[in-house]
Amino acid sequence: MSGVWLRQLMAVLRLEWKKTLLSRRGWWIYLLAAGPVVITLLHWLIEVQHPVSMSRHSLGDDSTGYAAMFLLFYLRGAIFFGCVGIFNALFRGEMLEKTLHYYYLTPMRRELLVVGKYLAGLGTALILFVGSAALSFLFIGRHFGAAYSDYIWHGPGLSQLGWYCLTAALACAGYGAVFLMCGLRYGNPMIPAAVVFVWEGINPFLPSVLQKISVVHYLKGLIPVEVPVPPPLNVMVVDTDATPAWLAIFGLLAVTVLLLAYSAMTAREGEISYGE
Amino acid sequence: MSATSLVTFSNVSRFYGEVLGINRVNLAIPPGITSLVGPNGSGKTTLMNLMSGLLRPTQGEIRVLGVSPNNPERLGRVLGYCTQFDSYPKGLTGWQFIHSFLLLHGMSDAECRQRTTAALERVNMMEAAHRPVAAYSKGMRQRAKLAQAIAHDPQVLVLDEPLNGLDPMARAETIALFREWGERGRHVIVSSHILHEVDRISDQVILLSHGYVVAEGQIQGVRSEVKEQPMQILVRCDRPFDLAARLFQQSHVVEAKIHGDGRNLLLRTKDADSFYLLLNRVVLDTGLEVESVAPADDDVNSVYQYLIGGEGGTV
Repeated sequence: MSGVWLRQLMAVLRLEWKKTLLSRRGWWIYLLAAGPVVITLLHWLIEVQHPVSMSRHSLGDDSTGYAAMFLLFYLRGAIFFGCVGIFNALFRGEMLEKTLHYYYLTPMRRELLVVGKYLAGLGTALILFVGSAALSFLFIGRHFGAAYSDYIWHGPGLSQLGWYCLTAALACAGYGAVFLMCGLRYGNPMIPAAVVFVWEGINPFLPSVLQKISVVHYLKGLIPVEVPVPPPLNVMVVDTDATPAWLAIFGLLAVTVLLLAYSAMTAREGEISYGE
Repeated sequence: MSATSLVTFSNVSRFYGEVLGINRVNLAIPPGITSLVGPNGSGKTTLMNLMSGLLRPTQGEIRVLGVSPNNPERLGRVLGYCTQFDSYPKGLTGWQFIHSFLLLHGMSDAECRQRTTAALERVNMMEAAHRPVAAYSKGMRQRAKLAQAIAHDPQVLVLDEPLNGLDPMARAETIALFREWGERGRHVIVSSHILHEVDRISDQVILLSHGYVVAEGQIQGVRSEVKEQPMQILVRCDRPFDLAARLFQQSHVVEAKIHGDGRNLLLRTKDADSFYLLLNRVVLDTGLEVESVAPADDDVNSVYQYLIGGEGGTV
């Protein structure tokens, strides 16, 4: 990468960083990220009042509970909608505020602009959601005291935390690329976002071939603790062979790169019409 | 003049769906101040957006000093565009606004700082440089936008209604900036609805109506091409009644009126050259003392009215 490109990339990151991470408009995204942290913190504070022997659940229950929260809240809810909010705004938000032309009038490759904006959005999403997932993991079993420390440092805890963080990061990267593309490609990106949401939501009930055409299918396979499906939904779920972790990781990264390449092409060919 | 010193449009059309933006435009805009004049919806902004690469032509080819607008990496270095949009990235001061977008040019931070200061000084905005753009008045925002367009020292400056919202002092300073830019052999392409100011600053004008270029060139040249409208000439002399009597004997004189303090004669003639010959003869024959002779309708406003005014609505 030439020095000029690097300087341009850093300039985009610098400009976008403040807008994506410290945005008043993004209050609901902070709320989504903070929600589980607050809940697990309260869980710890409430449970710590009781002696461990009196606890109504085991460490294993908390571990499974966390896995369920990670799958149902983080992957299907918070990260999905958080990425809608962060990545849609990168281009569509500029269109709505009529400020995108300032970028398009600079002597910068549009491809580089796409990458710069994506990285700024990804940085924000990682801080919010990977940070949130890690904190809530650390809080959820904290009331078990030394047993939980043992679980983390001498048991499977640290490895599980790593997998949760990796899965959250891949979700941010994958959904980020999807919604960046939607923001560039569609006048109203909420419509494709709703379509993707429904598709991802019904994923477990689809035939196994169709299940593989989704982001959440691969992410689900990376979660280190299995989440039991409660009845009566369990009879409707279609079981599929788990995708090997390495394939899921590289597959998601490959799809992310492809989507970014398509977004870059769209930006390259794109025009600016603010509808006036 | 070589193509690398011109802004050229070759048979350029742009449609918005089925709505015409501009149609079959052929232009070769030389350096200097060029004004785009036309009513709302005539295609001025479309023309500017096309040359700056924000829009793509449906057909035809555009070159800005030999650079295609499809090549933003090169175009952004030679062109600065002050758009009509009164919108700014949120949360930035005037200084940060200009500095941040200069950094996107790939310059060093030190160079960007120096250019930012120079641009803000050029539009007389240094005092307010560290206040948020959102707290600026409309005129200040307009000047900040202008500073942003000139900060990278472009060869071609495109300005869409740049005088909007400026007070008389700022307007005079801005016009001086355009003049300086034009005199340095650069392109200043400006659209404005303030016709008397367009008239004062323009080296050439492009008149647009309904997406077509109606006329282009130096305004006097454009006026002389409008044959169907008799030329208006104002003569100030000691005996305007005698002159009017002689003029009425000529078939090319359509109208003659005594104006003002009784020493001004305003006439309309279909043949200005014949009138000037006749005037010389009258002066020699009768000793008429002529103080001044000046065309009265070779300004942008008159040409606009002749070519567009009847059909065009407001400018």
